[in-house]
Parts: sequence; C-alpha cells; structure tokens
Amino acid sequence: MADTQEILQEVVIKFAGDSGDGMQLTGTQFTNNSAMLGLDLATFPDFPAEIRAPIGTLPGVSGFQLRFSSDRIFTPGDECDVLVAMNAAALKVNLKSLKKGGKIIVNTDGFDTKNLRLANYPDGINPLEDHSLDGYEVIKMDVTKMTREALKDITMGTKEKDRAKNMFVLGFLYWMYNRNMDNTISFLTEKFGKKPEILESNVKALQSGYNFGDTTETFSARYSVQKATMEPGTYRSMMGNQALAYGLIAASQTSGLKMFLGTYPITPASDILHELSRHKSFGIKTFQAEDEIAAITSAIGASYGGMLGVTTTSGPGMALKTEAMGLAVMLEIPLLIVNVQRGGPSTGLPTKTEQSDLMQAYYGRNGECPMPVIAASTPSDCFAAAYEAVRISVQHMTPVILLSDGYIANGAEPWKFPQTADLTPIKVSFKTQLGDHEDKFQPYLRDEKLVRPWVVPGTPGMEHRIGGLEKQNITGNISYDPENHQLMVKIRQEKVDKIADYIPLQKIDSGAESGKLLVIGWGSTYGSLKSACAQLQAEGASVSHVHIRHMRPFPKNLGDIIKNFDKVLIPELNNGQLVKIIRDQYLVDAQPFNKIMGIPFTKAELVEVMKEMLAD
Amino acid sequence: MTDTITPHTPTLTAKDFATDQEVRWCPGCGDYSILAQVQKVMPTLGIPKEDIVIVSGIGCSSRFPYYMNTYGMHSIHGRATAVASGLKAARPALSVWIVTGDGDALSIGGNHTIHLLRRNFDVNILLFNNQIYGLTKGQYSPTSEEHKITKSTPMGSIDHPFNPLALAMGADASFIARTMDRDPKHLQAMLLRSAAHKGASFLEIYQNCNIFNDGAFEIFTEKNSKPEEAIFLEQGKPLVFGANQNKGIKLDGFKPVIVHLEEGASTDDLWIHDEHDFYKAQILIRMFDDPSLQGHLPRPFGVFYQTERACYEDVMAMQIDEAFAKTGPGDLDKLLRGKETWTIG
Repeated sequence: MADTQEILQEVVIKFAGDSGDGMQLTGTQFTNNSAMLGLDLATFPDFPAEIRAPIGTLPGVSGFQLRFSSDRIFTPGDECDVLVAMNAAALKVNLKSLKKGGKIIVNTDGFDTKNLRLANYPDGINPLEDHSLDGYEVIKMDVTKMTREALKDITMGTKEKDRAKNMFVLGFLYWMYNRNMDNTISFLTEKFGKKPEILESNVKALQSGYNFGDTTETFSARYSVQKATMEPGTYRSMMGNQALAYGLIAASQTSGLKMFLGTYPITPASDILHELSRHKSFGIKTFQAEDEIAAITSAIGASYGGMLGVTTTSGPGMALKTEAMGLAVMLEIPLLIVNVQRGGPSTGLPTKTEQSDLMQAYYGRNGECPMPVIAASTPSDCFAAAYEAVRISVQHMTPVILLSDGYIANGAEPWKFPQTADLTPIKVSFKTQLGDHEDKFQPYLRDEKLVRPWVVPGTPGMEHRIGGLEKQNITGNISYDPENHQLMVKIRQEKVDKIADYIPLQKIDSGAESGKLLVIGWGSTYGSLKSACAQLQAEGASVSHVHIRHMRPFPKNLGDIIKNFDKVLIPELNNGQLVKIIRDQYLVDAQPFNKIMGIPFTKAELVEVMKEMLAD
Repeated sequence: MTDTITPHTPTLTAKDFATDQEVRWCPGCGDYSILAQVQKVMPTLGIPKEDIVIVSGIGCSSRFPYYMNTYGMHSIHGRATAVASGLKAARPALSVWIVTGDGDALSIGGNHTIHLLRRNFDVNILLFNNQIYGLTKGQYSPTSEEHKITKSTPMGSIDHPFNPLALAMGADASFIARTMDRDPKHLQAMLLRSAAHKGASFLEIYQNCNIFNDGAFEIFTEKNSKPEEAIFLEQGKPLVFGANQNKGIKLDGFKPVIVHLEEGASTDDLWIHDEHDFYKAQILIRMFDDPSLQGHLPRPFGVFYQTERACYEDVMAMQIDEAFAKTGPGDLDKLLRGKETWTIG
C-alpha cells in the first residue's frame, strides 16, 4: 500500500476515450469533487461533432481536461500532467498535449489488435510495447477485465457491465488523489435510483477502482492538492451555458419581466434551452420553434407583448436571424440575441470554439443597423454578462447581442455566486397612459436617452402600429421622406452610441495605466491572456491587460487608455476582427495575433508573441 | 355551431376601427372590401379594441394593420405567423389576427404557417389569396395556376399550385374555411365564425388583384357564373347549387359527383355537410379542380372543417401553473446556490 503522500500545487488531468466511454461524465464528477475541496479549477470539454463516430476511431475520441490548483488559475492549462487513455485512439489524439514525463493511465483492453488498427497504428505496432512511451510514466491496467470481474455477481449483460468502466477509472483516480467519493455516490444514487442494477454496477465499479489503487502497490505516492487561496465566500462549480441561463432568470426576476425564450436547437447553445426549460416555476416560457427565424420572430412577438424576449443560437443560426434583428432595431423593442460562437463559416466546427462572429454581430445586417454587443469572458462571467445585456436591452429599448463561445459555454470554474440582494434591480416601466400635454400617443417620441416608450397591447387609448418600414420621427407613421430617413438613421445610431453614458468605464485588468504594451482582449480568451500577462508582469515587463465586455458601444475611456501605451496587441481566436474595429475607431496601429484552430490560446504562445513585441 | 353567429350589440362602430392613415391600395383592389367587412365585424365581437392585435408580414395585404385602429405590427416577409405565435404565447388573452397573402403565408412563410396550425395557437389567419405577387409587380405565386404567363414566367409557370386548404388540413388546422371579397355577407359570416373559433382559424379569402391578375376568381364571384361554379356549405344542409338550386353533390363511394335534382335525384341522396367530419372534410377540400375543364365540380365556400383541440398557449400556461403548484414560485437564491457548495473562510 502506498504510504507516502505528495503535495502538489496543481494538476492537469485529461480524461480521453471513445465517445461512448462516458469521459464527460467522469470529468464532471472529478471536477465537482475537486470543487467541493475548495480547489480552484477550470475545465475544457472537447468532444466530436458526431454523436457517435465509429467506436475506437480517431474522430470518435472525446476528451475532458480538468485543471485543479491551490493557486488562482484562469485556464484549464496548456499541457496535461496526467492522461487517462481508454483506448489507442485516445492516446494517439492526446499524447501531444501531455507533458514530458507525465503519467499515462491506460486501459490495456483498448489496445488490442482491432483498437490499434482503428487508431491507424501500423500493423504490429503497439505503443504500449514499442518503447515509444519511455519518456512517460505509464500505468497499465485492464479496466475492462477488472470491471467485469468486479461485477460478476450482478446479472447484467457484458455490454451493460462494460458501461461502468469509466467509474472504475474514476474510483482509481479518487484513490490516487486521496479523495472522498461521497458526492459521486450520491450523484449515482440520484441518477440511477430507479434502476437498482445499474446503480449497483456503477457504485461497485467505482469502489473497485478505488480499492484497486489501495491494494496494489502501483505507486510509491498518492497525491493531494491543497485548498486554493481564494477570496472568502461560498462557492459552487458553474458552467458557462448554465451561468448564462441563470443570468437571464435573475434579470427576469429583478426586472419583473417574465421571460420568453424562442429558440431552435444548435450546438453549442442548446444547453441554455435545456436549462431554462427546467425552470418554469420562474414563469419562464420556452418555445422550441420550427426554425431559427421563427425562434427570433416569436421572441419579438413576446417582447411586443411585454415579456423579456430572448433567442439563443450559434453563428449559422444568427445568420438566419439577421433580417429579424433588423426588424427589432426598427421596432425599437427589447430583445436579447445570444450567440454561443463556434468555428465557422457555414456549419464549420460545431463543437469547437472560435470568436469569429464579432463582425457578424457588429455589421452583419442590411441597412444602417446598429445594435449593442456584450461579450462574456469566463464560464461564470456568463451570468453577469447576460444580466447586463438584459439591462441594456430593456432600459434602452433595443435588441442586444450577447456573445459567448463553445469554450466557456461548456467549461466550468468555481463561482462565488451572488445573492439576490447583491444584484442591482433592473428598472423597467411600461407607458400606460398619455402624459399631461399629449393628446395622442406618439410611439416614437423619445426621452433624454433617445429611448421610445414601451406600450404593450391591451393598454387602452394607446393603440398604435409599428413595423419594419421607415417611420416618421415621433409619430411612427410610414415615411419615405429623404430628410426623415437620414434623421432616423442618425437617431438610431445616436441612441446606441449614447449607451456609453450608461455603462461602466473600462478597467485595466492587470498592469499599469501606461507603458510599453497594451494587450486588448474580449470574450473567452480572458483566462489565457490574464495568465500570460501575469507571467510577464512577474518578470518585470511593461505589459497591461484590458478585457472588454461592452463591445458596442465601447466604454468612453477606451481610447484614452490605448493612447497611454506604445504598442497594442489584440489576440483573438479568429482571423482579426476586434483589431479592425479598434483600428477603425481609434486610428491606432494595433497588431493582431490570431489562432483559428478551434482551440483556445495556450499561455506559452501568448507569452512568446508578447515578448516579441516588447523586444522590438 | 351554425353558420350564423349572433354578433354582440356593438358599442363601437366600424369608424372607430379606422385610422387616420390614407388607404393606399390600388383603386378597385379587393382588399378594400375585406378591410370594410373586418371593420364592420370587429365592433360586434365584444372585444375592447386595445385587446385586438393585427399582425402582418409583407405584401399588399400586409399593409392592413396600418388601417386598423387597434394594436398592430407590420413585420417581415412570411413571419407574421411566428411573431403572432410569440405574442399569443406571451399574452393569451389578446385577440390576435394575422393578415397575410398567398406569397407571404404559403411561399416564404410556409414553414411558420404549418407549424402554427399544428400547434393550434388561438389566432385568426386571414389569407388573402389573389394568386399573384402584387407588391413586387406581377410574378406568379404558389397558388398561381400552371402555365400562367407572368413577368417571371414568360413561357408559362411550371410550378404546380398549392391547394391552401389541403395544406391547412395536412397541418391539422382546427378551423378551415373559404370565402371571397365580392360576397360581403358571406365574408362577414366567415369572419365571425373565425373569431368565434377557439384555436387557429384558417380563412382563405379569394381576393381580386385588378392590376396584375384581374378576374382570377370571377367565375366564382360574378352573378352569371357564381351559382353554377360556387357551392355554399351550410352545416347540416345538403350540398346544393345551381341557378335554380337544381343541382347537388352526392358521394359515390369516396368520389363526389354532381346530380341533377330535376332529373329524378332526391335531396335525401345528397351529401349532408358536417363540418365536424374529419374524413369528409378532406374530400370536400379536394373539390379543387380546374373550373375551365368539362365536368368539373363547383368550388365550395364556407366552413369545411372545425374541431376543438387544446391551444398551445393554454397548455404552455398550464405547465407553468403545474410547476408553481409543485414547487411554489421560483426561489432565485436557492437556484443560484444549487446543491453542492463549499465555503472558503
């Protein structure tokens, strides 16, 4: 039995196996277990677009990366310390992300002739036997055989028994990292309570995996990672799409507006629908429409009826919603369009992350069609971003685009969740009667923010018509008058520009207020940019980091911040989009750094490019 | 239910439903008659005008909301049905009317039309069918007849046209009716029936476009041909037509055939209309042959089919009530906290 315990500062584990091996579930369970210990953590699920690619093949590999640490961390890590490979394909796909000298836990049953062939290893070559893994610490175990053995007293088919393999591995890792398994046992009890055989097989496999570690002297040490030094408070683990859904629910609650979600399933946004559809007790109406267009137009109908209209989608879906977004701009009614971005164009990379819809959000409509844009930067930040997007939408009577992406949508981190009392209530008012000096309701009469009144059908004496045709200023009647059209285009633009008066000033996330290099980021690159800047700042480099939430309009002081630096670097997971907008608006020679591979930045590559710019 | 609905004694008049906007359809357009009948019928429904919303898409007919002093939205091409679905889901108590055309509802918006019908939102669809694209100046539409020469089909259209009512039936519409702009009384009766129906009502209105497709329906609407070419459906009554009410429709197996009453056929043998008969409605709806052919059947007008089925917005609200009854109103703090938390001191 291992009798020594090694204390580590942090660990990056990647669970990899076939899509059917339950790696996402295994990863999520280990994540929750780590979270309960008070570790800081970040996750990166990475799964194929196909529901079930052929078993054992390279495209069928599903991975879940988890980093847990006693320090504050902001990314799931560049390289893994431990790779769990359930079959040959999983090893082949993920070996490159393993640190030299890292641990590989392999299921030897996944390396038989058939699996090796499916993973495209040449005939007669087995990486477990050809010394190609000599630079790593390889822990071999026949998970399949041991799981079957552990479950021999249960009357289930072999196929069903094999489904518990992932629990055996999880149990083994719980032993390795010195964990208590209670949370997973109660999870399994809740999930399979009504199927006693499946519950028993999973719990038994889990315990057998733990006991296997305990009774064989595989290791000289067990590992443990201490609690992180995080801000005091109560935390929970939170994923991006869930946080986004919660932000919408919170906004609905504090604004008093009941929510209507009109949506059409699309990866990676569908989980927002799944989450919201479970919370009907908040008065949420979720509508799975026949297509993306009906999704947004039904939400427009609901907003017109006085609800908080929301539609959720990803890039291709937003393309379909474009015309209706223009209608919402013309109607000047609240509407939230959530785009959980993925790799494009067209169907692109449905399960991979990218920040390539910023231009689409900014400019992708016919006519002069300005719309505010908000970006979320981390999984838990999706909560605050959604809340802010709703606030702007209902207080400024405008559709708002909220950008998230696949990386933060499916990633998880600890979240010091707020109390309702901590949230600034969103004030909304409907106009219900004519003012003292009004003899007739004027639907496009504006206040000092240039915002028109929200009057819902059913309000007596205020009957009026709105629509997509150009309207006369103030009265809202159809107008093709040339001067009026120019005036209305300018007003709609000014209305959106004026939102800058009602949003916080841009903060510098880290570094000095002036210096040599300013790194500007937005969205899900927050963690990698923060980590890279922190490393350079620790080395004494003159680097500051600004991360933008309000993408349109920008905070009023952004231009002043930019002026205080010699150089500006804008790293993005696209082919250079924010960099064009920043150059356009501030006439600054900002430099792009682009990665368009469907995966996040590594800290190392960011540090390298920043160093190059600092050296010039 | 009968074909005549007793209207409420109106406190408002047709004038109260007119707006100050100049009506801009072409002189002689069938839309004028439809607007006039809608304005006449509305005050008799007993619905406060602030509770009425008219939603339209794009096309000549879709200008309709601007001329009705109710709430209204002139939305985008084909999407009125989807906008109305969201509005009705949000506010089930509103009386929602969708004004649309053959291009708007059956071409660009075909998808939303069928899905609204199957979901059975309690709304009224008024489909102005003129078998042509008017606003874009004269291209063929999905209801235009084959071989039709138009601006976009100089050698004749090769599209096979929709039978709009068959499409509605295929989508399980709960109320299906047809009327025409040139028969104000029948039009009013059908509007009243549509309004009275709880569920999605689909009313096709033959509407003459006197600029691009003049006379498309004259065989059904003009005095000399109407009695022979149009047959008016009445609940519980035999299918009789003809200038002297001397012809009837009999079912020969599943096939409708014309019989001549003065030649020995008895009204007892005739098809008795039952708008609740799901199977016969499908046969009736298929009485849609080309009126220029020899031996064709007359075109039916009236309520083809009516049934009661749960409305989407009601069941949607019921699920929310159920969730409330089960767990009480949502507790935001409980939601945010979740099940598994840890505290750092």
